[in-house]
Amino acid sequence: MTDPFLIAGTPISARLIVGTARYPNQQVMLDCLEASGAELVTASIRRISLEGYAESLVDLLGGRYRLLPNTAGCATVRDAVLTAELAREALETNWIKLELIGDRELLYPDVEQLVRAADELVRKGFTVLPYCNEDPVTCQKLADVGCAAVMPLGSLIGSGLGITNPAAIELICSRSPVPVVLDAGIGTASDAVLAMELGCDAVMVDTAIAQSHDPRRMAAAMRAAVEAGRLARLAGRIPKRRFAEASSPQLGLVGS
Amino acid sequence: MLIKINGLEEEVAVASLSELLTARGIDPAARFLAVAVNGTVIRRSEWGSKSLGPGDDIEIVKPFSGG
Repeated sequence: MTDPFLIAGTPISARLIVGTARYPNQQVMLDCLEASGAELVTASIRRISLEGYAESLVDLLGGRYRLLPNTAGCATVRDAVLTAELAREALETNWIKLELIGDRELLYPDVEQLVRAADELVRKGFTVLPYCNEDPVTCQKLADVGCAAVMPLGSLIGSGLGITNPAAIELICSRSPVPVVLDAGIGTASDAVLAMELGCDAVMVDTAIAQSHDPRRMAAAMRAAVEAGRLARLAGRIPKRRFAEASSPQLGLVGS
Repeated sequence: MLIKINGLEEEVAVASLSELLTARGIDPAARFLAVAVNGTVIRRSEWGSKSLGPGDDIEIVKPFSGG
């Protein structure tokens, strides 16, 4: 059964996108990426330490994954655009996970600046995947300025609260002209299943894997969850009913 | 001259961007590096010819883990 997942016309082999941060150590991260089956993995762009050695993430990943750099932590259009341009130079990719943070404690997107930055980056030739509110109007605006996908939040980054507004996510999925990637808030596998059942094209997970008790197992669980949710979505759930409907035949009942 | 490197002001005596990187122990041939001067990314091929002046604001970055 073929079920291609494309972003900006590029086939992506897995509907689970994973982060590379917050793992107990590098080996666990590498094992988790492997277990997750992900092709697309995220990275940040940061100032180098001017003293001493620092890990080289790209060398560590050894060309096995497609890196999606982010603009995590940026709070202004200028910083986000410059970070994207630096990422393009460093990683030779025009793909960018655009994050524009409006509140340091909540890490909630600054929608007004996000749309402006997305517009500017699209004009500069970037393939933009914006982390955004679970708001159909914001998602529409981001698609209108040419974003390749939208990445609405399930709940606050790193919160593990799951999808706090499933009706909004479902609405976004039903109307979005571009792929919808559920980003942020996933706590465990059932959250990822729900995201896919609601119609998301993919799910992005970092903390829920990296900070779990057994990250390797959770990576495998997330992979299975995304696959299960996608299959269920394609299969179509039965309607919810208010009364029972017997599954065993009603004819030939003993004693009738 | 006084310039700013990754947010910190420093006194340096270099003429070009590649001289600055070398002086700071950063191999200009190292992969996955990116540099901006005064908010503009300088392509690697231009590092040798990019001259620096007093007050320049330089960002030197590379990929790290991220979510």
